[in-house]
Amino acid sequence: MDETTTIPPAPMTAEKPAPTIAMRAAGLDVFYGDKQALFSVSVDIPERQITALIGPSGCGKSTFLRCLNRMNDTIAGCRVTGIVEVGGEDIYAREIDVVELRRRIGMVFQKPNPFPKSIYDNVAYGPRIHGLAANKGELDEIVYSCLEKTGLLDEVRDRLDEPGTSLSGGQQQRLCIARAIAVNPEIILMDEPCSALDPIATARVEELMEELRALYTIVIVTHNMQQAARVSQNTAFFHLGKLVEWGATENIFTSPQDERTQGYITGRFG
Amino acid sequence: MTSEHIVKSFDEELNHLNETLLQMGGLAEANLSAAIEAVASRNPELATRTMNEDARIDALEFQVDQMAVRLLALRQPMAKDLRNVIAGLKISAALERIGDYAANVAKRSIALTESRAVRPAGNIPRMGRLVQRMIKDVLDAYTQADAEKAKEVWLRDQEVDDVYNSLFRELLTYMMEDPRNITPCTHLLFIAKNIERIGDHCTNIAEIIYFMVIGKPLTDQRPKGDDAAFTVIQPENDDK
Repeated sequence: MDETTTIPPAPMTAEKPAPTIAMRAAGLDVFYGDKQALFSVSVDIPERQITALIGPSGCGKSTFLRCLNRMNDTIAGCRVTGIVEVGGEDIYAREIDVVELRRRIGMVFQKPNPFPKSIYDNVAYGPRIHGLAANKGELDEIVYSCLEKTGLLDEVRDRLDEPGTSLSGGQQQRLCIARAIAVNPEIILMDEPCSALDPIATARVEELMEELRALYTIVIVTHNMQQAARVSQNTAFFHLGKLVEWGATENIFTSPQDERTQGYITGRFG
Repeated sequence: MTSEHIVKSFDEELNHLNETLLQMGGLAEANLSAAIEAVASRNPELATRTMNEDARIDALEFQVDQMAVRLLALRQPMAKDLRNVIAGLKISAALERIGDYAANVAKRSIALTESRAVRPAGNIPRMGRLVQRMIKDVLDAYTQADAEKAKEVWLRDQEVDDVYNSLFRELLTYMMEDPRNITPCTHLLFIAKNIERIGDHCTNIAEIIYFMVIGKPLTDQRPKGDDAAFTVIQPENDDK
């Protein structure tokens, strides 16, 4: 890797005007075998904003998140009915290419899970398999740009060929985010991305989310209500598989309309 | 939602905040009552004692501020709890101000005892009772988290304004009749104004309580009755 390479401008910002609703679910039911996990969930996810999904354990928020890029397809016995649209397109339609769908809708998990590869290859992997770079120069551009966006570049510039797993937990999580954005997604799903991180690393990821919001729509599942309040513009509260209430984060945390939301966010049940 | 928090010490801290606020309100109400008694009975000792009592209200306000800041920092209250803490901060400021007005009434009552008695002074206790009841009821509305009761107090300020307006006119008339009345009447005018302002603070507290309970501001139009600011009374023997 040539260390004098200058950081290229972000190559992946699609400048087309898009609908203000990035993603929409309507009447979404999910069953695991006989057990119904989600009951007729309908919600709009606004574009280039952060939407937080909150609720007690087992409320269906992670199930809902996994429906958004068809991660539930891999779970045996899982059945999804209803509509999930991205940019007006039904992602459960027969002709949808799931691999391409997951490029458009990236995911970051609870525990950082870098590939057992070098830092560089972790980020370069997606663009390579999706054929997003025509040559080494273009691939370098993508890798550098993504590491830059996630604030990692200055921290790892000298050791791009070291394994991704050699980084600290917080750095690994940011590497996973860099990997997610390397394939130029529209939406990033995050399933409790900070629950395995210390407060400083958490703050870094939150700051990163705020920056990424200019480019991507983000949906985050979090157990930490203060985190939802800090980072998101919209909050959806799930309880017993139902979407109880959703709206502007400010309203949810100051004047929720539903007693159950009130009880949960004020620490009275959950 | 009346149920308790999972973390019980959170409830204890919120209760402590509420109780301190009620204690403040009780003192403010008692001080106003004593100040008005000092006016009516021309009792400078009572007035001096009442003025000194105000320091206790100030000390409690400081306590409420500290508790609220602590709750915000350490408990990160949400929704209704958040509105409760913010309301506590604002109500304590209003009660502190009410205490100041009551102390000022007491202070002026001393000057009144040193000048001739004038008849309009008799209307002060009536106005005082109206406002005392507003303080009491608005604090009840706070304790019971009763938005309707708060609104009822809010509407009642009209009555105080009406008494104030008639007192204002009466005092002007007395001053025009005899210049020796000017000193006591001016003090009475300020006393009346102080009491009228206490009524206004009660309506503010009522609005804060309404928001605390409902989560939306009280947006109805309140009848505004204080038109003393526009009042002109011409002496009858005016030449021109």
